[in-house]
This record gives sequence, C-alpha cells and structure tokens, in this order.
Amino acid sequence: MSTIESSTATQEPTPELRVVEDATCTFCGCVCDDMELTVEGNRITKAKNACVLGKAWFFNHHIEDRPEALIDGQPAGYEQAMDRAADILLSARFPLTYGLSDTTTEAQRVAVAITDWIGGIVDTTTSVCHGPSGIAFQGVGEVTCSLGEVKNRADYVIFWGGNPAESHPRHFTKYSLMPKGEFVPNGRKDRTAVLIDVRKTKSAKAADYFLQVKPRRDFELAWALRALANGLELDAATIEETTGISLETLEEVMEGMKRAKFGVILFGMGLTMTRGKHFNSEAVLALARDMNKHTRWNAKPMRGHGNVTGADNVVSWSTGYPFGVHLGGGFPRFNPGEFTASDVLARGEADAALIIASDPMSNFSQPARDHLEGIPSVVLDPKLSDTARTAAVAFTTSTYGINTGGTVYRMDDVPIPLRPAFESPYKSDLEILRGIESRIRQRQLAGDVAGQSTGGTT
Amino acid sequence: MSSLRITGGTIYDPANGIDGQVGDIWIVDGQVVETPVDPAASADRTIDATGLVVMPGGIDMHCHIAGPKVNTARKMIPDDKRNSDPVHRTRLTRSGTGGSVPSTFATGYLYAGLGYTTAFDAAVPPLGARHAHEELADTPIIDKGFYVLMGNNHYVMKQLANGEPGLLKAYIAWLLNSTKGYTAKLVNPGGVEIWKSGGGNARGIDDTVDHFEVTPRQIIQGVAGAVHELGLPHPVHIHCNNLGMPGNHATTMETMKSLEGHRGHLTHIQFHSYDGDPDDQSTFGSRVEELAEYVNTHDNLTVDVGQVMFANTTSMTGDGPLGYYLHQVTGRKWFSGDTEMESGCGIVPIVYKQKSLVHALQWAIGLEWYLLVDDPWRIAMSTDHPNGGSFQAYPEIISLLMDRERRLEVLAGAPPAVADRCLLKDLDREYTLGEIAIITRAAPARMLGLSHKGHLGPGADGDVTLYSPDDDIQRMFELPRYVFSRGELIVDDAQILQDTRGRTLHVAPEYDLEAVDDIQAWFEKTYSIQFRNYPVDDHYLENPLVVPTRSDSA
Amino acid sequence: MAEAFILIPGRTSRQGTTLNEGKYTDGYIEEISTLQVAPEDMQRLQLVDGDLVRVYNDVGEFTVPCKSARGDELPPGMLFISYGDNSSRLMGGDTQGCGMPDSKGLDVFLETTPG
Repeated sequence: MSTIESSTATQEPTPELRVVEDATCTFCGCVCDDMELTVEGNRITKAKNACVLGKAWFFNHHIEDRPEALIDGQPAGYEQAMDRAADILLSARFPLTYGLSDTTTEAQRVAVAITDWIGGIVDTTTSVCHGPSGIAFQGVGEVTCSLGEVKNRADYVIFWGGNPAESHPRHFTKYSLMPKGEFVPNGRKDRTAVLIDVRKTKSAKAADYFLQVKPRRDFELAWALRALANGLELDAATIEETTGISLETLEEVMEGMKRAKFGVILFGMGLTMTRGKHFNSEAVLALARDMNKHTRWNAKPMRGHGNVTGADNVVSWSTGYPFGVHLGGGFPRFNPGEFTASDVLARGEADAALIIASDPMSNFSQPARDHLEGIPSVVLDPKLSDTARTAAVAFTTSTYGINTGGTVYRMDDVPIPLRPAFESPYKSDLEILRGIESRIRQRQLAGDVAGQSTGGTT
Repeated sequence: MSSLRITGGTIYDPANGIDGQVGDIWIVDGQVVETPVDPAASADRTIDATGLVVMPGGIDMHCHIAGPKVNTARKMIPDDKRNSDPVHRTRLTRSGTGGSVPSTFATGYLYAGLGYTTAFDAAVPPLGARHAHEELADTPIIDKGFYVLMGNNHYVMKQLANGEPGLLKAYIAWLLNSTKGYTAKLVNPGGVEIWKSGGGNARGIDDTVDHFEVTPRQIIQGVAGAVHELGLPHPVHIHCNNLGMPGNHATTMETMKSLEGHRGHLTHIQFHSYDGDPDDQSTFGSRVEELAEYVNTHDNLTVDVGQVMFANTTSMTGDGPLGYYLHQVTGRKWFSGDTEMESGCGIVPIVYKQKSLVHALQWAIGLEWYLLVDDPWRIAMSTDHPNGGSFQAYPEIISLLMDRERRLEVLAGAPPAVADRCLLKDLDREYTLGEIAIITRAAPARMLGLSHKGHLGPGADGDVTLYSPDDDIQRMFELPRYVFSRGELIVDDAQILQDTRGRTLHVAPEYDLEAVDDIQAWFEKTYSIQFRNYPVDDHYLENPLVVPTRSDSA
Repeated sequence: MAEAFILIPGRTSRQGTTLNEGKYTDGYIEEISTLQVAPEDMQRLQLVDGDLVRVYNDVGEFTVPCKSARGDELPPGMLFISYGDNSSRLMGGDTQGCGMPDSKGLDVFLETTPG
C-alpha cells in the first residue's frame, strides 16, 4: 500500500488489470473458447485453461514497434500501402489470393470479394492441410458429428495419422477421451481408444491399442478394415506384410468397432500428406460410412491451425467450391492441382499474390517458394514472417482473437466469436482488406481499369 | 423521400381483393402508400406498367439456402456445378455457381431474377445459427430468416418428460432470441435422436425415444402449445415422421390430429401423403384426397407442397435417418452430420425421373395437393428447395397448375400405372393468376404472419414484380419484366441492376429470465462451447427486423 | 556413404510453441533443425546426438544436427523432423493433381558428415 510520502513523481502508473472470460484460442482446430485471460495493460499475463500451445499463442503476440507497412522493404503508412497494394492487384494478369488461416471469417469474406473483382484465384491453407479430405468428401461424402457428440456419445475412438497430444493438446480432455458425457457417464472408462500411426508418439500413451502402420501403407490398412467391415476374408500373411499389423489385431479392433454404440475416427495429416493423399482420406471416410451397417460410426478430419475451417466455409458459400477456385473467367471454377496455390506457384503461373495471415515462404515446397519470392506480393501478417520479408507491400496487422474480434469456425464447423484481450494500434485484416477493396472498386467503377468487369485472363 | 409510381398495370393483390384490375401502385421510401387523391401528383420515377401483370414480390417460405447443411451440400457436389450455368460477375454483382445448391450471392440474384423478394431457410441447428446469419448476410437483395430446429433437442425432450411446460416455453423463447430465428421447426421429431443413439428411427408418433422417454406426439403437442402461448407470428413448422415411406399417410393424419386444434404448418406435405406398404415399393400410391379433406375441414392447419420435379437435384434435410435411407436406396454419396443436443442432417444427391413409377407418382401427388385443397390461402407453393427440385422450377409448376393439358402431357410420358394410382388425370381445376398470386405471395405472407408482405396495400413493403403476359406461362414467370425490392428497381428485363442488402426477419418473444439458470446449468454440462459464446449478436444480422409476437394468443 | 530412409516431417509441441515466440528465435530454429533418428540407426551409423547429417532427395537438401529418438518412438529406417524451412526444402512441386505436395513419407538419403 502506497502512501503519499512513498510515491514519487517518476513512479509509473500500474497497468490496468482486467480479466477476459470466455475468450477463444485459435492456435489449433480445437478453438477452445473457455480461456480466462488476465490482461495487464497490453500484455496477457495469464491464460487459464490454455494448453502449452495456447499459452505460447497468448503470451507471444505483443504490440511490436514496427511501421504500419513496408513498401519494398521501406516503412510506409497504411494509406499509401493500400494504394500500392491495389495497384499491384489490379495490374496483375493472374493474381493469387492465398492463406486466410489466422484471420476471421469477416476478413475472409472481403478477401474473396477482392479476388472476385480482380478475377484471381483464391486458395486457402486447406489445400495443404485437409484439402485431400475435402476432395475425398466430394467423392464419397462423410458421416460426421460435432465435437460435443463425441464428448456425449463416443465409446470407441480411433486416432489415425495424427498426434493430438502435441497438435491438439486439449482434444483428449475436452472432447474425445476423458469427458463424461450424457451417454458416456464414466468418461475414459467407457471408451476404447486406438491410435494408428507410423511413429509411436506421445499420443500412444493415451490409447488402449497402438497400431504401428508401415509408412505409406495407410491406404492398404484402411481397405483391410473396410474389407473386415464388409465381411470379406483376408489373407493374414499379406495383411501383415503390407501394413505391418497382424490380421488378428485388425479383427480384434473390428470386433470392438462393431460392438461400439457410437464410434469416431479422427484423422490427420498422416493420411492427407503422404502417399495416397485423398485416396487415404476417402478410404477412411468410406470405412466410417460402411460401419453404419453395424452401428453408428463417424469420421472427422482433425483440422488444424487457425481458422482454416472458417476459410473453407467462406470460400464455399461465396463461390460454391471450397478451395482452389479460379475466378479469372468471371465465374468460379474449381480444380485441385490446376488452381491450388502450391501448383500455381510451383509452375510459375501466378504473377502476383495477396497472402493473408499465413506464411507459405516458410512451409511451401521449394519450387513454390522460389517463384513466390520473385513475384510482387501483398502480405498481411502481425509478425514479420518470411513471407512478409519478401513482400512488395507488407502490412503489420493486429492479431485476431487477441486484439480484434470476429468469428472463427472450429474443426467441426461450429462458429465461435472471439473476445479480444487488448487493443492494438495496428489495423485489422478486415480494415486493410476493406481499404484495398474500396480502392479497387473505386477504380473499376470509374472505368479506369482495362478489362475489369469480365475478369482478366482466361 | 423518394417516390415511385407503377402505373396502369393489371394488379393481382388477393389480400386486398384485387383480382386483375388495372390501377396504380405508389411507393414512397420503400413502402406502398395510398394512391394520391390529386390526379396531378407525380412521382420521382414512373414505370409504365400498361399491359403488364403486377403482383407483390414472391415469398418462398420453405427452402434451404443458408447454414451448415446447405454449405456442406455446396461443397459436396462440384460435379453438379460443371453441368450448370454459372453466374457471371458483372460490373456491380458478384460471381457464383448455380445448379442444385447455388452459392450465396447467386441465390439472392436468382431469386430476385424470378421476382421473389423474401425467402426463409427451413432448418437451422441453433449451434449453427451464427453461420446461417453470416451466409444470409452474403445473400443479396431478398429479405430473409430461418426456422430453428427443436424437434430432437435434448432440453425440449427433458422438459416434456419432466412435465415442465413453463421451462419448455421459456427455453423455446430463449432459443429463438439466442439464434435470432423465426419459429420452432420440428424435423422427424424424436426420430433423429433415435438414429443418433442407435441407428434406428421413429416409425409412429407414439414410439418412445429411449433415454428421454418421450414420444413424437408429446414433442409435437408440447412445442405447438408453447409456440401458441408465445404468440409467434408463424406456428410450429412440422416435417412429419416417416417422410418418404409408403403408407406414411397414417403418420401424417395422426400428426395433424395430435395438434388438437392448435395452429400448425405441415411442410412439404407431398412427401408425407403416400399409400402402400413400406416393405413393398410396388404398392406405392396417393392418399392425398383424404389428407386434403382433413386440411380443408380444419382451418388451424396450413401446408406447403414440396413438389417433386423431374431433374437432378439434392436431398438435404435435418432428418438424419432419412439421409441414410436415401443413400441405401440410391447408392450415392452421403453426408450425415449429428449436432450435439440439437439435431441431425442428411445430404444425398438424387435424380427424379419421369419414367420411374415412384417418382412420377410423387410428382402427381404434389399436384394433387394443389388441386384438392379448396382454399388457396392454406397452401403455399414450394419444392422444399432443393429436395423436390430447385426453386427455379416454380414457373414450370405455375404453368402445370394453370394448364390441365400440360399436366396430361407430362402424365402421358410417365408409366401408365401412375394414372391408375392417383386422381390427377381427372382433376380439371386450373389455377387463375389470382390464385397463383395467393399461393406464391399472399398466403405465405399470411402464414408467416408478415403483415407488411404479400400484398400491395398501404403499409406493405414496396416489393413488386411485374410480368409480361405470355401464353407460355412458364416463360412469363421465368422472366419478370421488372422486380422491385422496397421500392428499388432491382431487375430490369433480366438484368440485375443493384446488389442491395435485404433485411433479416426474426422474433424476440419474452421469456422468464429465471428459467435461464436452469438452461445454463444444463448447457454447461452437455455442450462443448461456453454458454456465453452461444447466442448470436445483432451485429451478425443484416438489417435486422423484429417481427412482433401476437399479444392475444387466441 | 548415403543410406535410404523415409522422412516424416510433423508437428511437435515445441515447434508449435516456439512458432509463436517467433520464427527467428533460437528455440524455433533449433526445433525445426533437429533430425530425429531411431536409436538402432544412430548406433549402426555411429552417430551421437548433435552430429551433423546431410539429408537430401532430388528436390533439395539440408544439413542439421541429429538426435536419438526416445525409446521406440521411431522405427528403424524412419527419420522425423518438425515442419519448417528444412523440411520444405525437400518438398517438390508435384502434387499429382490434388494440390497437396508430397509432405510426409518422403524417400530421402542420409549421409553422415565427417568430423
């Protein structure tokens, strides 16, 4: 307790201390919205209920002292940068809008609008995450459920090609293994858990069965299980040789699957990123579907980082297609491999890029990165990422969920609002994209842009 | 103040007793006003409607256009879009895709292009309400809203089992406020929960839903009663149990009777009017006559048809087990989505063929409904878009209703047995333009309790559609000459002129705040998100407008 | 002397946390630059934690310190590294028409470096 005598003229005012309840963490697809953030001035000092990833997310997004924007590496103001961004995008013949991972649906909608007006391609981080699962879904459909259904009903849970202990740390406790549910009153004791992966990761400890599949043989394993689900006979030697797992083990797992009341397969990048890709996802989706002959089964892609699920939804409702959408001909066309960002960059086709809340320079293939470095890009990111460093125009933005509000979609498509913790002097993605959009529209409607209303190149 | 005069048109405004009279419509600041007494009065803008048919803007009171289910369907059918006309970007309008499940911008433009100015999505799970509002905000021009799924809601069933009508009523009101929805929607009440928990289904309204120990009958009666007490403008909206099953006429009749005089709207009733034995598809037939007779003699009931048309389309429904059934029958890709505590979902692409006995009978059964319900005020046109067909088929349906010969031609192309199993060939009735105006505008507005819509009297929204008369009725209704939304000219000779923003209509019934504690306690135990993050704020809604409840629950 | 292995890049807790701290921090760089090798392979190739190894395929290469995997987490013949710049160098542009580059289960060669 300070007294008048002990206070000095140079004493700093104590930063304002607030608690933000029911805040939403967006680091992984769990989108936990039960965060209790202690905010001191413009720092989050406690994040109750956050896992290690969430804590890192909340504790490391400070207000950095950086310019509003960089144009060709030089500090610039927002207005000037938005002008230049509009220039780049309007003069491109084959612009690519990519990313939309760490941002709100409100901003994603404007990004799609910009791409529509300029006749570009819009692709999201879906294409390098569960895009293959999206492709598989277009082939066979999907039998799925919300995470609360997993919590309340699931008594048999299979994790395939993922390591939730490290990628979605609260998944086990919040949704899939531990919680007591309406029809699963004893929580973990009422559940059987199976982990299928090429490595025996930390997640294996949580499972009752660990099936170590041979690398690049998930497809064959899924089809073996499909065969068992459909009552076909299999050759034990072939199965073990091909998949690395004994037929006896598979038959035991299948018996358990058939006896379950409500099963769910939660699958990850171990399926989508390896040999087979969408064929792997398709096999798992079909397996869950086939199991409905016996009892209730579901499959859920374990969607990842940020608001990739939101991006999927926004692009789908705006254009009809989920990702890899070409708008250059004046209407949406869809073709993975032709219009997806990895390909359009690796083949050297895009001549400009608008990259929002994502860092392809860090994680794309080498040929894609090589090309992206050489074309003018407009980048929005709170941090000075590799992608922002190579940008022609790089905007410093505020961080969604920490500084700005909006909406994000959880991995099971449940939309959840953000409750920001402290303000930022930087503009949000939404504000910047709106600024770019209005400049583009102003120029298009004034008629000073060639070939604008029916799109650029075909 | 901006004023518009639509002069000299042939007006069909059945709500105000106008059936093909030449006259003027004056609209000031988006609302219809009395025609000025002063003959010299002039408007900022005058449209010469001489020789044109003038109707209020169309209202689709049951379609699937926004929300998680619709978006999943969009994503699932890229094949459908390759064969459909795309929606091109123009100087002022966004691009999109059409086909069976159009993208959101395309949806708004396509409806407006047909002269429809209002549409209600029929089935949104509360957990996805935020999503539905986001999509509706990206659906231009039309006024819109949605119905909220409640028929398999765990809290609803618990209160029914515990005999707590007060809590039930409070919950329904609280839920409508939280979701900014329009009414309580029941889809296969109880049956979806049976599917979720074990793969079965309800087969009759007195089946028991295990674990909850309630019956569909209790759900129907309980929710209908609560909705009545809340004075909602539109009554409980019911998709009966046993949709699509031969012999389901019995379930439909029981459902209607179970309402015991309470108002109720039975939706896509065509799918619920079948004769026959569920284990023998060859006994499929029509029982419309007796169901329509019941509707004719019980004015607490209204229906919309859910017309089947011969085309590729998509079945999408909150009826989870129905989706599985259609997948098993057709072998086509299948989506199923169970939502915690609330609902289910099934999506399967489907094609209805004129050469199929069952499909052609479904088509005929839909038309029988229109022709056998005496009072057009009690029946609304729908295809349950996209389940029976696209809303873009409405002009074709209108022409079938107005032209008996056309019906017979189509019937002649169907299997001969169709004519023997239904009454259609002997139904001579032909709808008049005035009656079409009722079933596509005036009646839906009245059923929805929207006193500012569906008519052109003073106080009405300035939603007006002008058609060029044509012997080809289908063409007439496919290409309106002018379409106005709140007095703004939106469509001129098939061109969309503006990308306006419509209003979101919802109800906000009062409820006992003390009940929220109980709701919250249940919510926090069972859901997977925070209670505080569940309700949808106004800022998600485009131009929200609360439609008042009736203070006198008569 | 180069030997064929299968490389699995993936997410780790530490990669996720340090990513937030910053992609230029020592923690992140260390995490994405450490190659995990199965204990049996470490022994057979006479490697100890921290030895530099070169990993390459027909797309690119990286040279990083290696570390023995814990217990039986990695089967022999398999390598693990956190997602990041290094793993990206080995990802080629071909997505076989699906949009997703080959990102896991990559055929690579591992070469121990002298000294």
